[in-house]
Amino acid sequence: MFAAQLAFTLLVAAFLIVPALLSMLAGVTANYFRGISSGLTLDWVLQVWELYADTIFRSFEIAFATLACTLAIGVPAAYGLYVRGDRLARLIEEIITLPLAIPGLAIALALLLTYGGFGDFRRSWSFILVGHVVFTLPFMVRSVMAVLGQIDVRTLDESAASLGASPWRRFRDVIVPNAAPGILAGSLMVVTLSLGEFNLTWMLHTPLTKTLPVGLADSYASMRLEVASAYTLVFFVMIIPLLVAMQLIGRRNGRPGTARA
Amino acid sequence: MTGSEGVAVRLEACAKTFPDGTHALEPMTLDIARGETMVFLGPSGCGKTTTLRIIAGLERPDPDGRVLFNGEDVTHIPIERRNVGMVFQSYALFPNMSVAENICYGLKIRGVSRADRASRLAELVALTGIAGLEHRAIDQLSGGQRQRVALARAVAIRPRVLLLDEPLTALDASLRERLRGDLNQLLRSLGITAVYVTHDQAEAMALGDRIVVMRHGAIAQIGAPRDIYFTPADRFVAEFIGAANIIEAAAKDGFIALPGGRIGLTDAKTAATVVVMIRPETIKIVAPGDARLRGKVETVSFVGDRVRLTVTEAAERPLAIDAANSTQVRVGDRVGLSIDQAAVRLLEPRR
Repeated sequence: MFAAQLAFTLLVAAFLIVPALLSMLAGVTANYFRGISSGLTLDWVLQVWELYADTIFRSFEIAFATLACTLAIGVPAAYGLYVRGDRLARLIEEIITLPLAIPGLAIALALLLTYGGFGDFRRSWSFILVGHVVFTLPFMVRSVMAVLGQIDVRTLDESAASLGASPWRRFRDVIVPNAAPGILAGSLMVVTLSLGEFNLTWMLHTPLTKTLPVGLADSYASMRLEVASAYTLVFFVMIIPLLVAMQLIGRRNGRPGTARA
Repeated sequence: MTGSEGVAVRLEACAKTFPDGTHALEPMTLDIARGETMVFLGPSGCGKTTTLRIIAGLERPDPDGRVLFNGEDVTHIPIERRNVGMVFQSYALFPNMSVAENICYGLKIRGVSRADRASRLAELVALTGIAGLEHRAIDQLSGGQRQRVALARAVAIRPRVLLLDEPLTALDASLRERLRGDLNQLLRSLGITAVYVTHDQAEAMALGDRIVVMRHGAIAQIGAPRDIYFTPADRFVAEFIGAANIIEAAAKDGFIALPGGRIGLTDAKTAATVVVMIRPETIKIVAPGDARLRGKVETVSFVGDRVRLTVTEAAERPLAIDAANSTQVRVGDRVGLSIDQAAVRLLEPRR
């Protein structure tokens, strides 16, 4: 039984991982059509860097700007919605969540129709930022609200209030520190979603505001397959350390019983 | 020692209707004297917690209601500026802070200096018996210790009134009894005005200077524990506070006729139906020969400090009797029952 389970797990893992590995391998192969025997090279990676370095930096800029926005909007919103907890709050929560169910293309179209006329805004990467914030905000709000529910934040809030703390002090001293695991989980989600977001970004970008996934599509469409593959490799190399770092931070802060005396 | 200044609390026509239309509280007017411990007692959903939350400032009473502290109208002052101490059933200690940080949080908010906070902390941990735990994290504390931290934190700010919402309910029975004693001593020594909400009648009687018994969002009776126990206003209060034999029968010339004999009343009343209450410990077992009321012992349970009997054939329903633990009776014995007239309490018939 165990052997069968193990075999199945490995099979599924292989099914998911092998294509990614092959793609990355293609990125360092001198000639993909002749196979690995043509030799390994970093030329493609260097070429990607020369052609697309700006998209990589822009993607990180947008991802962290998106994170900053979702933190600034999402965490207070989650607190407010949770503590309020009435019908209006549930309605607002549903509206915030709506972008999950709507195709990214439709959101992009709506943004273009509404703000497309504002030329400078349309041409800057902050236009893409707005799309990313709309798309990722529900993930931040939801994961913070989930943690607030677990720690019975309403009573914590009331007890801080009884001790004389203003809403802002309560938020800063009690709510945020205790919601940290949810905030970190939400941050992780927001950064990865923003970095990998394609549909919306593809609609919103201009030739001067390409992000990493848009650049990748571009290279698949117009470059040698090895270049596109090298691009994938670069993407992995950049994103995996980031994810690991965020997980580690999350684990350290999220562990219960680490009170600062 | 801690110089807590209690205030007199007055609720004036405080009612509470929730947005969904539920009447949690009928208009209530009530005075709580300075330094008094007032216990709100009742089954769940009776409005006792809502009353506490109105005093705290966590709920607004309906428009006509007012809350007064020493005559000052605080109805529209939010909880953070009311200076009330609260102890919650779940304690609501801040998991991100140590014991010391929890206790001193209210002082820190008030801008009390570090040195003054430290001396106040030392005073409070000594008072609540948690000295040595100052640097522990909250999840390293037992239930009883958490309860004491919550109490110390609420008292630290020298509140105008201390509000306790079922503070012992989360603890197991033996610990609850011990902490009840400690809490009683603490409330007396602080001399603080305290409002205590519970559904446990033993707790209410042990701690309350006065008890407000509540039912369906209204006051059923207010009085000292003794008054509530011995002269309950109605059948609900009689049955909610302690064990009670309730007898419904016809009365003639100051006597109630029962299948096993009769019971004397304090006044020469004649009525088709009267309702009386007799506490189990006020019924004495005597020899059957010269007793006005007789019955047959149905069950005997020895519980250490007393013997609880049920006697049938005396009244329509079995009577519960608490006798001295030296009483020697066996199931099936025929016994006489002697009831002092003063112990027979006439109640309002069911409305």
